[in-house]
This record gives sequence, structure tokens and C-alpha cells, in this order.
Amino acid sequence: MISNKIKEIKFGILSPDEIRKMSITAIVTGEVYDNDGVPIDGGVADRRLGAVEPREVCPTCGNTRDNCPGHFGHIELAKPVIHVSFVKYINMYLKTTCRVCGRLKISERERKRYLELLRGLQELELHHLIKRFHEYIRRKASAVNKCPHCGAEQYKIRLEKPHTFYEERGEGLVKLNPAEVRARLEKIPDEDVRLLGGDPVHARPEWMVLTVLPVPPRAVRPSILLETGIRSEDDLTHKLVDIIRVNNRLREHIESGAPSVIINDEWDLLQYHITTYFDNEVPGIPVAKHRSGKALKGIAQRLKGKEGRFRGNLRGKRVDFSSRTVISPDPNLSINEVGVPEMVAKVLTVPEKVTPWNIEEMRKLVINGPDKWPGANYVIKPDGRKISLKYVDRKAIAESLAPGYIVERHLRDGDIVLFNRQPSLHRISVMAHVVRVLPYKTFRLNLLVCPPYNADFDGDEMNLHVPQSEEARAEARLLMLVEKHILTPRYGGPIIGGLQDYISGAFLLTSKSTLLKREDVIDLLGVAGYRGELPEPAILKPEPYWTGKQLISLFLPKDFNYKRPAKIASATALKCIDEDCPHDSIVIVKKGVLLEGVLDKASIGREEPESLIHWLVKEYGEDLARLFMDHVFKMFLRFSEKHGFTMGYADLLLPRDAKEHIKQVIEEKKKEVYELIDKYYRGELEPSPGKTLEETLEDKIIEALSKSLLDKVGDAITPYFTLNNPVIIMARTGARGNPVNLTQMAALLAQQTISGRRITRGYLHRTLPHFKPKDLGPEARGFIAHGFVDGLTPIEMFFHAAAGREGLTDTAVRTSQSGYMQRRLINALQDLRVEYDGTVRLPTGEIVQFLYGEDGVDPMKSDHGKSVNVERVIQKVIGWRI
Amino acid sequence: MKRIRRLKDLDEILEKKLKGRVSNLVYNEVRGKIREYYKQYRLYEEELNAIIDEVIRRYEISAVEPGEPVGTVAAQSLGEPSTQMTLRTFHYAGVREYNVTLGLPRLIEIVDARKKPGTPIMEIYLDEKHRKSMEKAKEVARKIESTTIENVAREINVDPYEGVTIVLDPEMLEDKGVKVKEVISVLEKLKLGKVYVDSEDPYVIHIELRPEKRDYTKIEKIRVKIATTRIKGVKKISKVIIQRRGDEYVLIAEGSNLAEVLEVPGVNYRKVYTNNIAEIEEVLGIEAARAAIIREIQNVLEDQGLDVDIRHIMLLADIMTWTGRVRQVGRMGVAGEKPGVLARAAFEMTVQKLVEAAIEGATDKLVGVAENVIIGQITPVGTGIVEIYMNPSKPREEREE
Repeated sequence: MISNKIKEIKFGILSPDEIRKMSITAIVTGEVYDNDGVPIDGGVADRRLGAVEPREVCPTCGNTRDNCPGHFGHIELAKPVIHVSFVKYINMYLKTTCRVCGRLKISERERKRYLELLRGLQELELHHLIKRFHEYIRRKASAVNKCPHCGAEQYKIRLEKPHTFYEERGEGLVKLNPAEVRARLEKIPDEDVRLLGGDPVHARPEWMVLTVLPVPPRAVRPSILLETGIRSEDDLTHKLVDIIRVNNRLREHIESGAPSVIINDEWDLLQYHITTYFDNEVPGIPVAKHRSGKALKGIAQRLKGKEGRFRGNLRGKRVDFSSRTVISPDPNLSINEVGVPEMVAKVLTVPEKVTPWNIEEMRKLVINGPDKWPGANYVIKPDGRKISLKYVDRKAIAESLAPGYIVERHLRDGDIVLFNRQPSLHRISVMAHVVRVLPYKTFRLNLLVCPPYNADFDGDEMNLHVPQSEEARAEARLLMLVEKHILTPRYGGPIIGGLQDYISGAFLLTSKSTLLKREDVIDLLGVAGYRGELPEPAILKPEPYWTGKQLISLFLPKDFNYKRPAKIASATALKCIDEDCPHDSIVIVKKGVLLEGVLDKASIGREEPESLIHWLVKEYGEDLARLFMDHVFKMFLRFSEKHGFTMGYADLLLPRDAKEHIKQVIEEKKKEVYELIDKYYRGELEPSPGKTLEETLEDKIIEALSKSLLDKVGDAITPYFTLNNPVIIMARTGARGNPVNLTQMAALLAQQTISGRRITRGYLHRTLPHFKPKDLGPEARGFIAHGFVDGLTPIEMFFHAAAGREGLTDTAVRTSQSGYMQRRLINALQDLRVEYDGTVRLPTGEIVQFLYGEDGVDPMKSDHGKSVNVERVIQKVIGWRI
Repeated sequence: MKRIRRLKDLDEILEKKLKGRVSNLVYNEVRGKIREYYKQYRLYEEELNAIIDEVIRRYEISAVEPGEPVGTVAAQSLGEPSTQMTLRTFHYAGVREYNVTLGLPRLIEIVDARKKPGTPIMEIYLDEKHRKSMEKAKEVARKIESTTIENVAREINVDPYEGVTIVLDPEMLEDKGVKVKEVISVLEKLKLGKVYVDSEDPYVIHIELRPEKRDYTKIEKIRVKIATTRIKGVKKISKVIIQRRGDEYVLIAEGSNLAEVLEVPGVNYRKVYTNNIAEIEEVLGIEAARAAIIREIQNVLEDQGLDVDIRHIMLLADIMTWTGRVRQVGRMGVAGEKPGVLARAAFEMTVQKLVEAAIEGATDKLVGVAENVIIGQITPVGTGIVEIYMNPSKPREEREE
């Protein structure tokens, strides 16, 4: 199946001989096209360099554009030229070898010993030691100033960036031209090259000085035809033309015996052009520019950076069979489904092999064609010919269909696709979904899968990919489907689960006070897809009533036992010690019956390990969990709708005496602050160790005005808000918000801070012109004494905005920083894998861990980090009677 | 339902049915827990069997599968939550007086394997003799906190001809436990000239500058040199705070110098801790450095309230330390020392890495993930580790045989 596999890639430097051998022709003229626009032979657009036009036949290989690999040409340089990228290494070779005999400046005896040592190191494959060994030899040899072999005196070599070499002789600095440099490099014996870390077979040092320049095929530097009909050449082509022109001029000068000044000038110019051809960002020389002033792209620029060849085209590729559009929610879809617009479904296709079993169906699809869904866009014959169904007699094609044909049919319900939202920070940013073709133009997804994608619907877009091979589809279904990722490997708990409405709905439904009439029960069970008998009502007379807990119980496995405090129990007022719980804040399930406790974030919430949802997934499998989420969760929403759940201004109002009390508390705190300030002015304030007096004062003021004040006021207002208040329901059940938010809405926002300090910046010694300079009082430094219900004063609003901005800038900075860190982490860790023997190794075989995680447990399949949560296992089995 | 009558029977069943099927750690935990429940609620044999079966089932499915790309999973598990971290949290590490870098900046610091953390801090536990008393703790603290002349001097004046005059602050001397004699002996070591105490005031010290030092251009230099001269304490530790923890006193030091603090008498050298990983590596070795990386990262995540499995952190610590020295995660460390040329080039410094490979005549064996993505082959992780493929036509032939 996989017959051609690349085993390894060898790197090296092209020798002049190789360049000539692989070249199809010498490029000799700077002319590109003749007057008719036909490429000139021997020019940079020589047709022998490969076919680039649509129906052009390559004179070299006889192929058309699609199959012609492209062919190299070459330029014979009139004088050798240094390759800038190698300058560092040329310098190294010059410094470590004798200027006369070219041998490594290390005595024969030592050299022998080192060679021996190198051989040993290479046998043991001690790569980083080898690297250090070469460095040692380089350092040692370059320090020698008399050749141990021929006795010649050595001069210091100086490299003037980017590519000029000098020798510090007695009489002064003497420039070494590239020809001299090359001559020296040629003299270095092969063994010495090896000792210096080079490869004499694939990278002889003198090859770093170019005598022949390869000319890449035209396909590498395609010209574009502008609308005006003018041809625009690639940057590299421009550069090559420059090189050829200067090279020819240089040759003419040499042949005509021009004075050496002129020759050297031309030589330097040739060096410049070749340097910028390879790398146009070399420091120390002017950047080669277009006539428009835009910098030309050298070869190095093509490779480098995020949009370069490596990161832009090789590690990440553009793909077909993909789609992108806005997303919107649809609670009626299953969590593993995705709603695909019909418009999209008609473009994305799945190749399906025609068999005796599906031939009739395929015929229908072919007849429907590309414009009618469900149809097909192409038919591929067994000989590989692809027929578009757009402009042909589709009936005839359908007739001719036979087993072995492949129909590229439209996407339809039940197909598997990959769904993704960027930034793809973890593997659950790409999951497999089952297609549901729907009207309108957005992708639809169940709200419960928002957390793994971190998606919302304020205009987010997502991508969709259609796997094309049977293997890809199999892996998608077996490994990537949404329900396989309810549990995350990050901590071994569910990452998919209830949020917001689901949680408040669950709370309302399972509350003790909720009693449901027959029609309500039927409605709720209807949306949940329940098809069985109604349970016995909890209340029989005067009218039958059911509880919400009864409905939940219908969907729980019959041997399920569970006991855990609800989220609402985190409020001290609602805490219970044992089953005798008046607040209904301990969730108890025995033998699949929800006996007690309200369901909230702690039971069905996302990112809640060891919750009811977690144990359902873990013990009854992801399919049951998926169905539970599809059915029961829908019931929560429906109940929320039936019950009505809204929050308004009136829900935050406090009685007059409470307001008075809060005002008093604030005044007290303010007084406290003023006392502190007075104390500071009187010089009675004691500085905390390690802090200045001012810092101490600030610390104490912030302490007084933020946390402690909010807590105090929060405590004062709690009695006025009960669990009937929607705001409290949301905060206490973990659906949205927290008690502090409530205090901030109903009572006060308290101290605003920027990076942990009170607001100080603005005018000289004051924040706003409304205050006196050097006013240290609360109001002058961003204290807000009102809540959102009362409304803020203009000054308070200004401070609030100032502090609010910090969050925005913070996020902006953080994303880039954490993104880069993650890129580095991935790069460092991506090659690690678990081997069949349980060890964690690098692909080269080195062991990094003898047993993964010291216990061989996969965090995703663990019970929140532990291989077995024994407590839970016991609870599962005997929980019904304890 | 058969009730288990004796604890001995319970143990016997466990031994027979569970031992060897799960790790000893799990076995012992099961045994301990079940005994507890047994005493409180009684147990039936069927129940015990059900528990054993479930323990075994869970244990077996929890095993990591061959090919699992644990590295990538670890990187994602650490990287993804880091986007939720606050950027500039300065949190009080138990000490209100001293801020410690936490959050994303600290995580990046650890991953970078910086030689010195932004806010070095030490936790110094004391030995039996010193840990219970504030006085004794202070004694040790004084030995550790470095005191410079600046700390005890009210003023330092330098004049090329009149020499140096240092006015000491008796209160500070007292507080820091420094004697004038000590100051003098330290000053003498500076070799600036003759040091003597003022004839009238015992807290004023003069230095008669040597002729070659009498240069106006050097005044400021001399002043700074004197001011920063350490009289006592440990180098690099600028401040020590004494903190009460339960029934003992612990020193929290601003700055870090593990090697020297370990030598200070009164210090419980078994429990000293620093957040400087490089120092731990140098003094205590690579295993300690690995443990420190894990602890520090856990510390950061915990502070931010993020739940990340410790296995991911351990793997990161291992890849950073398995060579025997701490390597940073980046081009100067782990990523830069990868065997694959393409992988290195694709990460950072593309051109330089390619040139380097050309010179060496390097070979890329295409073993890593990045390399295989580049050349369009299946990556050697996950389902890609399978090297044997079924030939669909073959089995039929064999069946027919």
C-alpha cells in the first residue's frame, strides 16, 4: 500500500561539477524575451528550463506543465564569488588551516589522535559530544600562529561583514579576494575537513565559493501576466538577469585586459548581486529594491518565517474539501452533529465507490447532478478520467455507471466531517461531527460543544473538512467523534457539560418546589425523546403531580449510585452535613433514582471532574453520556422556557434601610481611610518591612476599600436575596456570575485598580481636574461608591473605564505570549510517544520515561488523575444502601 | 447474598482475586478503603466481587496505549490553559511583604530555564534548636540577610583629600547586630587606605585614601563600592522575613543563594527551598532540578486555579532534564538539539540551520513528527506507529490453503 517511502534526506553543498551536470544549458544572456514575447534561448526564461504555460510541451523531458519537474540551468561566473550564507564557515576554515599548505594547524601526532577519537564518538553516535569536539578543535587550531606542518607564519584573518576577508600582515591589512579564498580552501585535506566538522564528500569547503551558479527552473519563479497584458517577472528572475549582465560585463573587461580597478569594481558588483539573490536581508549591505522601492525577495526570504516555505507551506498546507462559515447554535442537534448549509453540502463531496449494492442510489445522485441536493459533482471512471457532471448528459452517464466507478457525491446526512475552530490550542479544537444538511447559510452546533472549541455566536466562524479516504473516515469515527472527547486528557474529567441556561434550567427542574402536571411531563419527556411509560406520580390527589427529579431518574441507569454536595452547598447558608438536608443541597442517587438534591454545576457542569456526568461517561460509556446530554439536557432548556427565566432591574433593588446601611458601611470605611491618610501626614504610619511609607499607605487603603469592603457589603445584602431571585439562582448554581458580581450590581463597585494599584495617572499629582492636587482620598483615586443599579457618576464611570481597559490590553498581550510558549512546548514535546514496552521515547530510541507518568496511566482514561478512584468504585457498588 | 463475616475472609478474597491484577499502590488503597467500609457498613461477597471487578476494569482501561502522542498532549494541556492565565499576577506567597512572580510570566520563566528567576525567593526552615523561638530565628536571619555598609550608615562622604567619612547609625547597627569593629575590618579589606575611628565620635569612621585613589573622577565609584560592601550575611540575599508557620518560625528570603544558605548554622538543610531552578541543579543535582520544575509549575497552575494532570508536567520536566542538565524549551535547548534537520529548520532560524546542515553533510533520518509532515508522510505517532499492514489479498489465499 505504501510502497514509496522517503527514508532519509541528505544535505550538502553542490559542487561546480554537479551544478554543470544537472544543468540543461548555460544561461548566457541577460535578454529574456525577443520582440514577439518569445523566450530567448540562453536567457533566464529559456524554454528548456521546463514547461510553465498551459499546453506547452517541455523540450527537455517532453511533458506538459503538470508533469514536467522543471530543469536547472547554470551561469558560469567570470570570477569566483563568496556565498554569503557560508561566510561564517569560510572564516572558520581559513582561521584553522595553514595559509600556505592548507593543513589543519595541529601537529601530526595530535591530529592522528583526534581522528581516532572522532571515529569513536561517531560510532557511539554521541551527537552533542561530537559538536563540542569540533568546537574544541576549531578553537585550538585557530589559536596557532605557526604552521606545525610547513612552519609558515600565520596571520590573523579578519572577516568584514558581510563577505570580505582580510589578512593582518605585518605591512597592514591585505584583502583576500574570493579567488584567493577559494584557493586556500582547496588545499585543505579531506581528513582535516572532517576534524573541523565538515563533510569532504558532500560539502568540500571550496564549494562555498561559487564558480558556477545554478539557475532554478522557471516553475520556481513563475512570471505573471497582468491584466494589461504586461508580463511581470518574479523577483528571482530579476536578480538573475542582474547577475548575468554584470557577469558578462566582468568577463568582457577581463578579456579586454581592463585595469584591475575596473575589474574589481565589477567583481564587487557581481558579489553584491549574488549575495542579495540568496539573501536580501544581509546586514551591512544595501537592500536590493524594485523600481517601486519595495525590497526584492531573496531565496532566504522565501524560506524564512511564519509565511515562509517551511512554516507556511510545508508544516501547514492549504487543503481542498474544506469550508468555512459563521456558526450559530441549535440545541436540537445531537452534540456530535453539525448542521451544514445545503449550499455547502453541494460543493463538498465524498468519493464513493460504485458497487452492486449502491449502484441504483448512485445513479439517482448522478442524475440529480451538481445543482440539486443530494446529487453528485463528478464521476471518475476506472481509467482515472474525471467527468464533470455540470455540462453532460447526466442520464447517459448514470446509465453507463458500473461497479468500479467512483462518484463524487454531495455531502449528506450521516457523513463524517472534521469541525474546527481556531486558535487550535488543543486536540479538541478539531473534532469529528456527523453531518446534518440544513437550510440557511450557517454551520449549526449544539451548545454543549462550545466549551471545547471555546466558541460563542457573536460572529465566530468555523472550518469544516471532509475526509476523503476510508482510513481517514474510520479514524475520524473511532477517535475524533465528539463523544470520545467528553473526557479531556488535561485532567481526566469531562470538558463537555452543561453551562449557563442548562444549569439554571436543571436547578429549576429539580427543585423541591417544582411540581409538574401531566401535560408538562408529557411535553418535557417528549422533547427528551422518552418513549416509555409515565412513572407513578409523586402526588396523586387532588390531581396527579410529578417532580422534576422523577423525570431525571427515568434517564439514569438502574444501578447508578451517586452522592455529592451540589454547587449551591458552597454557600454557607445552604450547606448540609448529611442526607437530612433542608436546602436540598446534597445530590443523592440510589439505584438510578434521584432521591435528593438539586442538579447544578457540580453535577452536570462542564469542567467538573468527579461529577454525575463524569461518572456516567466513565461507567456507562460515551454513547450513554451523549444520549443523556442530547435528551436530558434538552429537557432542562424546555423547562427553563416553560418556567420562564429572566432577570431584570427589579431583581437587584434593595429596600431603603439596606441602602442606608450600605452607605454607612461605606462611610465608615472611608473614614478609616482618611484616618490612615492623616496618620501618614502626621508621620505616625509605620512602614511594613520592605516597603516605603507611601507603598504601605496605598496597600492599607486598597485593602480597606476593595476586598474587605465588598465582603462586608456582600454579607449585608445577602438576606435580601433568596434562592427565588434569578440572579442568585445563576450565581449560586454556577450558571453565570458570582456573589461579588451581585454586590457590584446592587450595592457598589468599590475600588478600581490598575495593575493592583489605585488609579493615579492623569494630570500632575491628580487623576482629574475635579480634584485638588495630591488628594489621596478615596474618590480622587478611583473609588466607586455606587452599584450599577444606582448608576455611576461621570467621574466614577471614567475610573471604571480606565480599569476596564487593563483587562483588554492584558488579553491582547497574553495571547501572543502564551501562543509562542505553546509553539515552543509543542516543538519540544511532539516527537514523544509511548512505545509498545510502555516506555516514553524519542523517535531516535532514547528513553525519556521508563513508565509513562510513573504509573503508565493515561490521564484521559484516569479518574481525575488516579488510575482508580476506589472511593467511587465502592460508592458505585454499595452506595444504594449507605 | 453471602455476608463476609470476618476481616480475614475479606483479605483472603482480595488477595486471591485482586492481587497481581492491579498495581500494589492501587491494591493497598483498595484494601484500606474496603476495610473502612467493611467496619462501618458490612459487606456481602457479591458486593466485594463487584467492587473487585470494577477496580480491575477501571485499572485496565486506564493504561496508556502504545503510540499515544503523550508529548503533544502534554504540550497542549499546558499551553491551552495558559491562555486563560492572568498576565501580571503578583501574588503574596504567604508573605505580604514580598511579591513573587506567578502566572504566565513565571511559567515562561521556568520553561525558558532562566538562570535567575525574576523574583528569587527562598524558604528557609530552621533546625530543632532554632525553629521554636523568635529570638533564635532572628539570630539565623541576621546571619543570612546580607547587610551592607549602606544599611547601617547614615551618610558616606568621599573627598579625595580629606578622605572618606562614614557616619554609622547606632540604631541600625543594633538592629542588624553589627559591631563597629566588624565594619572597620570589612573596610580594611577594601584596601582604600588607612581606616580609623573618629577620636570624638565612636560611630564615625574615617578612611585616609591612598594617593593613587585621590582622583575626583573616582569619587562616585569609591562611594558606591563602600556603600555596597557586605559586612555580613549571604551574598545575593537582600532581605529576610521571619514568618510563623504553625508552631515554628520559617525564614523567607528575598534573593537566593542555596549553596551558601545550606552552610549557615541553624538552618535545616533538608528543608531549605529556593525557586531558582538553576541553583538547585548546581547544588543538588538534576533529579532535584526535575522535582523543582514540577513543583514550580504546579505552584503556578494551582495559584491560577487551573487543573492540569501532573503527568503532563512530569513529562515536560523530563524532556527538559533527561540529558543530565536543564535545557530550555526553545531553540537553544530541546528544540535546537533535535536530530532532524528539517524539524530544527522549521522551528526557528530556518536559513542558518539549513546552512549548518549543508556544511556538515548532515542526514535527516525523518524520524520525527515535523519532518514527516513536511515531506507528506504519515507521522510516527498514534495510529501512525503501525509498520505492518495487512495485505487484503493474502489472508484469503491462506484460508484456501
